[in-house]
Parts: sequence; C-alpha cells; structure tokens
Amino acid sequence: MNVTQISAFVENKPGHIAGVLKVLADNNINIITLTVADTADFGVLRMILDKPELAKAKLSENSITCSVTDVLAIEIDDTPGALLKALEAFSNLELNIEYMYAFTQKIHDNAVMIFRFEDIEKAKKALVEKGCRIIRNIDIIGEDK
Amino acid sequence: MFNSEIETMSESKMKELQLERLKWSIRHAYDNVPHYRKTFDDAGFNPDQFKTLDDMRRVPFLTKQDMRDAYPYGLFAVPLSKVVRVHASSGTTGNATVVGYTKNDVEVFSEVVARSLACYGVTENDIVQNAYGYGLFTGGLGAHYGAEKIGAITVPISGGNTPRQIMIMKDFGSTVLCSTPSYALNIADYIESNMPDFDMSSLKLKIAVMGAEPWTEEMRQQIEKRLNVDAFDIYGLSEVIGPGVSAECTEKSGLHVFEDHFYVEIIDPDTGEILPEGSEGEIVYTSLTKEAFPTIRYRSKDITRLYHDSCRCGRTLVKMDKVTGRTDDMLIIRGVNVFPSQIESVLMQEEGTEPHYQIIVDRKGTMDEIEVMVEVNEKVFSDEIKVLDSLAKSLAHRVKSTLGITAKIKLVEPKSIPRSEGKAVRVIDNRKK
Repeated sequence: MNVTQISAFVENKPGHIAGVLKVLADNNINIITLTVADTADFGVLRMILDKPELAKAKLSENSITCSVTDVLAIEIDDTPGALLKALEAFSNLELNIEYMYAFTQKIHDNAVMIFRFEDIEKAKKALVEKGCRIIRNIDIIGEDK
Repeated sequence: MFNSEIETMSESKMKELQLERLKWSIRHAYDNVPHYRKTFDDAGFNPDQFKTLDDMRRVPFLTKQDMRDAYPYGLFAVPLSKVVRVHASSGTTGNATVVGYTKNDVEVFSEVVARSLACYGVTENDIVQNAYGYGLFTGGLGAHYGAEKIGAITVPISGGNTPRQIMIMKDFGSTVLCSTPSYALNIADYIESNMPDFDMSSLKLKIAVMGAEPWTEEMRQQIEKRLNVDAFDIYGLSEVIGPGVSAECTEKSGLHVFEDHFYVEIIDPDTGEILPEGSEGEIVYTSLTKEAFPTIRYRSKDITRLYHDSCRCGRTLVKMDKVTGRTDDMLIIRGVNVFPSQIESVLMQEEGTEPHYQIIVDRKGTMDEIEVMVEVNEKVFSDEIKVLDSLAKSLAHRVKSTLGITAKIKLVEPKSIPRSEGKAVRVIDNRKK
C-alpha cells in the first residue's frame, strides 16, 4: 500500500525544475502531485507520478540525480480540525514525520495527504491498527503501466 | 628497465656525469643565449668558475616570467634551422612560453618517456592508447614518441570523444591508457552512467599513465578501482622537456628523476637557498643535455622533496615525492595556504562524493570567501533536506578540521562542473581583477 515517490535534486536556478518536467513530458509521464522543498542553493522536487519506474530510468539517463522513496497517502476528512486530529494521533504513536504535502484531488470525497515517516513500516502498522484509511498506490496511479 | 646502465648507476658516478654535463650546459647557455649571458654577468658569475656541484648556488635562476619575456624564440640556443619542433604552454596567464627541440632533443625526450613507460611495466607487447591532446601541449607527442620508442603499438587517438575512446579501447584491445587523471575518471563516469550493461572485463586495460596535472592518492585509488588498472604518475614540465622528467616505478612510492638529463635541487622558495636532501621546498631544474632550449636553474614552483631510498625496483636514481601542488596553484585564503589537491583529498574521504569539484574564491569586503562546488550523485542524494544539509556540513567540517579554513560547500547538479578533456580547471579565483 506504499505510494512510490520520485525525488529529484534541482539547483535553485531558473529553468532547472523545467528541465526535470521536460524529461517527464517527453516520456509521456503524468504528474499526479508534486511539491518542492527549497533551500538557498538547491531544492528537492518530490513527485507522485503515474509511471515511477520509467521516470526514474529516464531522469537518470538525463543525468538528473533522483531517488525512489516509499511514502504513505492517507485519507483525511475534509473538515476543520481533521488534519490536527490526525497529527495528534501520529504524535501519540510517536511517529515522526519528515515532511508532508497535500494531494490535488479528493478520494472518496476526502482530502489526501502524503506523509513521509521516519519509519514507514512502523507508521503503517500503527495507522492500520488505528483504522486510518491508507490509499494504495494502484488507486492513485492506476494499473501498473 | 629501459636503460639499466644509467638507471642503476652509483650515486658518485652519477654526480661525476652530472658535473661534466653541467659544465657543458652552462657554457652552452652563456655562449648562445643573450639572456643567460646578461644574468650571469650581472651576478658576476662566469662559466669558467664552475668547477664543482657546489658552485651551483652561484648560478642565477630562470623564472617563468623570463620565459614569457623571451617570447617566442628569445631563449633558443641554436640557429632556428637546427630546431625541428616547438611546443608551447597555453599562456592563460600571460604570453605563452615556447620551447624548442633539435633532433637530438627529440631523441632525449623520447628516451625519457620510454624509460618512464618501462618503469610502469610497458613493453613492446603493449597497445598504448594515447589520449593526451596532440598539439602544442607536450603530452600528446611526448607520450607518442616514447611509446613508439619502446616498440608498443601506439594509438594516437588524442583527447576527447569519450564514446569513441571506449570503443577503440575495446576493439583495439588497448592495454595502456595515457591521459590526464581527470580525463581517466571522465571515461569511468561515462561507462558507469551511460553504458550500464558494459562489461569491464571486455577491456584489456591494465596500466594508466597519468600526468599533466597534480592528483592525489585518493584519485589514484578511484582510477584503479573504476577502470581496473594500475595507475602511475608521469611528471614533467614543458619548460624542462615535457613528460618524462620523472616517473613512478611499480612501487608507487615517489618518482625517479632521470637525473642524467635533468639536474635537480630543492630550494627555499623565499630565500632561494639550497636545502639539504630530504627537505621539502621548491624544485629547481637544470637541463644537462638539451641543445635548443637549455634551462638553467628553472624555478618550477612545484613543491616536493628529493631523497635516495634504495628503491626495491633497483633504480638508484634520486626520487622526488609526487607533486600535489604548485606554488602557482596555491591559494592563500585569509592567510592560510591551501592547495586544491588538499580539498580534493578531503572530498574523497566522504563516501560517495565525486572527484569532480571546483573551488571558487571571492572577496567580500576584506574577507576571502571560498566556495566548493560538489556534485550530488545518487549515492549521496536523499529526498530529505536534512540528509543533504548534513552532507554539506560534514564536508565543511572536514575542510575546517583538515585545512583550518571555513569553506561553503555548495551542492550542485551532476555534470554541472565542466568536464575537462585535458587539464581540469579546479579553481576560479575572482579576487584577481
């Protein structure tokens, strides 16, 4: 049920994100959601893509440093305070979040957040026990293309 | 051994040979080159007074600037009709320096390169792929003539066009690669990132002859591991002859100087005083046999030391340490002397970092600032910013603790540091305006 995230290293300069996106476009890879973590000199572009394996291969071919990480996509009620409640639950379970970002579309009429936990297996186990709705990769990217 | 009589000559016999040749070379320079006549006369030194090796201290130095001022033929000691070849340095920091060779000089040049190749174990059975640039640079033709002299098949591919280098290496069965160390790593990079199915064992390469730029032990280890070769240092300067002034042997510990052709001294770079054997200082060269372009007490600005250590290879020639810095390359950052090679060593101690780096020096107000650009490859990359931050911090910490200077480590994309096909550009100093 892990979701595959592709992260790419980009310098903080005009045109560098576009360079990554061009490789994806040229290979007909669709972006489902993305976020950029920035520092003064560089950023990390984190993306959920419909063809992660192909994306990894093509980015590497084009000398773009990238990596594959497993993250969790979790349904959160689209109501005030729902995200807070979820985070409190993670905190009680002592699950450390490295970073998180929001999904652009709703699933089952709920908001979806992507979480990168320090220990994904531990988080998954605890969250399943707690009855959290974790979204499978296949529901996001469809059948393996 | 290519010339065992010379290479195993006793120290005292070598000194006799050197003295006899020095007398000729100093006289030859004085009689035929106005520059030497003037500087010798100004210093009150007459070649007739040169009787023992001790008299060397009275002979004036020759500097790089003297050579630039003599552009192009001012220091030639024979009529141009006797010169059969010229080489020149790039002249990026002033006039190029032009050096000339008579037929006999070319012969000596070939001999010392052949001796160097023999030091590494190259024989007539080898196939030498010469990826040094052919042209005014001494490396290309120097290695070429040496390889031919030894009787090996010489493949004059010159530098550049990496895919073709790899194809030729495989198809021709090259056993020896001559190139700059940075270009050898370029070839390894290319294979690793663009040819994932390439079978390294399809290459017959066993020896890498690396020269023309300072390089470190860490870089040697990388070249040896990634290209599956033994990598050896060949050292030289165009001002003295080109590559083949000295060479490592299979012991890989120090370089034997071909001192029957080049007389070497170590001096204190500040006072010009000759230092005793074993001391570190600037190495000074005097050619003993060169006809067209004698160099008398040329200040190389290379920092090294000289010693005799009864080398296990059997050669008795004096040895010099691998040169890892030239006083020219030395950066003075807030009063601290730093060689680019020291930064290279630090970077390569960190697991996974690339040997491609560039140092940018700038002055903000009155403060020198140094920025080291390091490429982020997949071995060190992480989706977490904190991991990348700690890589940069850890490198900066290593620089600080090893060299005592604060450097900013800037992580950059792969291949964003320009790759060299000849000498790598390691330093961009924006302070010099």
